[in-house]
Amino acid sequence: MKHFKTAMMFFALLAGPSLLALGTSKDAITNESLFSEGGIIGLIILSLVVVLALIIILLSRIGKLTFDLATRETKTRQQEIDEALETLSESQVDRLISRQNYFKFRVTGDELGGTEKPSDDRGLVSKLVKNLGPRITAEKRKNTTQASIEPEHRRLILGFIVTATFWLVFGSAIGEYLGIKFVAPELDKVSWLSFGRLRPVHTNTVFWGWASLGMIGLGYHVVPRTSNTNLFSYKIGWISLISINLAVILGNICLMAGINNGGGEYREYIWPVALLFATGLALTIYNYYQTIAKRKTTEIYVSNWYIMGAGIWTLILVTIAYLPFYQDGLGETIIQGYLMHQAVGMWFMTFTLGLVYYYLPRALNKPIYSYSLGVLAFWTQMLFYTLIGTHHFLFSPVPWWLQTVAIVFSIGMFIPVTAGTANFLLTIKGSWKMISDSYVLPFLFIGVIFYFVGSSQGSLQAFRFTSVIWHFTDFNVAHSHITMYGIISIFLWGFMYYLMPTITGRNPKEVLVGMHFWLAVIGLLLYVFPLMIGGTLKGLSWLNEEPFISSVVLMVPYWIWRAIGGSFMFLSHIVFAYNVYYMMKGPTLKIDNVK
Amino acid sequence: MNLSFHTNHRLLVSLIFGGFGLLSLGIAVLPAYNVQENNRLLPRQSPLTAAEQRGKDVYIAEGCVGCHTQQVRTIAMDKTWGERPGIPADYATNTRPDLWRQTASILGTERTGPDLTNIGQRQPSIDWHLLHLFNPRMVVAESIMPAYPWLFEEKENPGKHDRVVKLPPEQQKHITGQLVTTRKAEDLVAYLRSLKQPDLPVGIKINFIDFPKSKDKGRELQTVEGKVGDSKAAGGDKDFDGAALIAKGEVLFQARCAACHQGNGEGLAGAFPPLKGSEIVNSEDPSKMIDIILNGYDENEAYGAMPGFAGQLSDEEIASIASYERNSWGNSAPVVEPATVKAIREMIKPPL
Repeated sequence: MKHFKTAMMFFALLAGPSLLALGTSKDAITNESLFSEGGIIGLIILSLVVVLALIIILLSRIGKLTFDLATRETKTRQQEIDEALETLSESQVDRLISRQNYFKFRVTGDELGGTEKPSDDRGLVSKLVKNLGPRITAEKRKNTTQASIEPEHRRLILGFIVTATFWLVFGSAIGEYLGIKFVAPELDKVSWLSFGRLRPVHTNTVFWGWASLGMIGLGYHVVPRTSNTNLFSYKIGWISLISINLAVILGNICLMAGINNGGGEYREYIWPVALLFATGLALTIYNYYQTIAKRKTTEIYVSNWYIMGAGIWTLILVTIAYLPFYQDGLGETIIQGYLMHQAVGMWFMTFTLGLVYYYLPRALNKPIYSYSLGVLAFWTQMLFYTLIGTHHFLFSPVPWWLQTVAIVFSIGMFIPVTAGTANFLLTIKGSWKMISDSYVLPFLFIGVIFYFVGSSQGSLQAFRFTSVIWHFTDFNVAHSHITMYGIISIFLWGFMYYLMPTITGRNPKEVLVGMHFWLAVIGLLLYVFPLMIGGTLKGLSWLNEEPFISSVVLMVPYWIWRAIGGSFMFLSHIVFAYNVYYMMKGPTLKIDNVK
Repeated sequence: MNLSFHTNHRLLVSLIFGGFGLLSLGIAVLPAYNVQENNRLLPRQSPLTAAEQRGKDVYIAEGCVGCHTQQVRTIAMDKTWGERPGIPADYATNTRPDLWRQTASILGTERTGPDLTNIGQRQPSIDWHLLHLFNPRMVVAESIMPAYPWLFEEKENPGKHDRVVKLPPEQQKHITGQLVTTRKAEDLVAYLRSLKQPDLPVGIKINFIDFPKSKDKGRELQTVEGKVGDSKAAGGDKDFDGAALIAKGEVLFQARCAACHQGNGEGLAGAFPPLKGSEIVNSEDPSKMIDIILNGYDENEAYGAMPGFAGQLSDEEIASIASYERNSWGNSAPVVEPATVKAIREMIKPPL
């Protein structure tokens, strides 16, 4: 009877909506107005609740039935055994009881070690953890490897890292200020702090100050290390450091004073300032080259390919970008597209990849998965990346064939990106546990993920259709932060957290490294997702030919979220700066000897 | 001779250098040189004047290119910013200014603010530009553009050659004396007003491409091609739809007039006159109003000068705008027929 009732109700509900549809389909207008009524919508939702409940009941009934069917055989078998047990002889019962005892046996835990207390006479244990219950922050493995390094060499590397850290904090403070200006344009009325002048100060500072100095400094460790020799010249290193820092200081002062080369992104510094940077770069590349030339290994390790490639390509790039002979009219635009893209791809990306090929295997304490994949990625990086600059000017008057080439090779970028990502992930494979044990590897792992996501996103953005919606919008800003922040900066932090304790013998506070990591990653996500959503809406608003100002108004909530994400990121940099200080001036590692 | 770049660093570095060098020549230097050499001014295009060039320097120094593009792309959505897609010749006047700075990157990559390719055409009023630069939110309330007060000076007694900026009263309160322009402001406005898409030689036409394909093909054709046909049809003595005219007028008003007269028709006291309740707008006879739209107006001392729109708007467009203005914000006056505008235009046309 109960089943019958359930079935009837189910039937009625199944048939109900179709009857309703039949009834209303005769008059389309009534139908439409009917379904837009709040009461009707409410009713439909209510009936859906009933239908849902019925479906659940039905499913549970079916489940019960199938379970009964499936266990019927087992039950019969159980019954047979029960009957058999009652007819057992005395000896058979004894054997069964002794079998039962086998399963009760447990090891006591001291069979191998004995009952004496443990001691560590050779100092192998660095820390004793007594709390084995759940913890809020994970216990990380301390870096105890000490590189044998000349004090002079250490000072040079630290010089780069410290100045880079300064520019990171300064540059992101400017960025944060600019982010706030999007929602509070009346923040100040000082010409030196106006949005148009500060914007290039932000980008150039984090480019040439933070990321470049950081990479070069790490390069000064990787190149001699992988060449198994000493650095060619410390002096050249110091001149390079001073020259690049000077370029960033002077360049920023010029920009704030309203002296701008021409407004082209990443070449806003006038040529005398850029020359200072190029000189510093050229000296460093010469220094690296001479170090590689006197290497004690036969092969040139793949990291050095990337690092030399990045340096030489960037020198060519800067020279082409600043020479005037082909830059009138639209010639300037073609060079701008070329520079804008290559500055990111040939300098930051290539150099950082070179560093990954050293630090990732080093932090995992195992060789890179495939050396040849690294070589393949290197040459395809050079071939494909070089040709895609014009994808920043799709549908512009720049020659159509250049735009098409740029799109085609943007898709081709999947090859080096996939090769690199696969190589890194396959290197990590089998050591996943190490990621949670280390405070370095989370940075490197997230960096690899962002490398794939950010680079692929770039390829997708180069399609003609996506360009229509996303070009000129805040989506680009999100993309550049996924790449320059998610890939480059996060990798650099990982490398620095690995390298600094190795050469100073001082570990950072784990809680603070964790804080840096989470603030940076969460901040980045809070920054990029609103801008991607807002950017898409902005593009659609333009496509629908709505008044321009409405695309400004619609962005306001997304700009607020960006400012919040930016604050997280900025805060993480303050923590990082403190960690850098702690890794230089903090206490050296104390070994907890187990008594 | 070791020919393996795995072990020969000289070979490796040469390959790195040569490979990238060749690719760069092919993808950047040669195409750029080619474009530069095959680029002449259009017949009716003039190089920048000295003042406009100085204004362009200000434009670069203040980083305007960070938010404003100057490129009308070939896709239909960019129709808002120009009459036709941009061509290389449009940029022929963009050359290296001096030894220290290079050719300006005016095409831009972000459109946080509107495209400025045609701003001189869209917004010819000097007064508007000055107010907008002094504080953009006085004329466009939702704007997030920075204010540029350092392009202006406060003077107790402005001299004969000083241009006094007419401010709304509540803004004037914060100024001691009068607000006058500096040369930088004058130059920048001169540059902005010079930004107009040059006319193509007679008989040449460049169309926008329909990308991404619009679902409604008919609508697309109407907006790109239909202007001439439309005004012809409306110019005849056929009946026309007053409501449709007003609806079209609203769109045009927001695009072309609201920057000064504001979306609520109230104008800005001290700068731009209100249309709401205006005698001229509400007058039964629209001829004075149409005359002002066609030829501009500068007879009222209390307000800035209005530029004429005879060269930019068709008869039908002017009729729509006028009709919208005469039937909004409490205004009430008869709709203006396109034929009336045509008649007044003929009447005041200077003798050939």
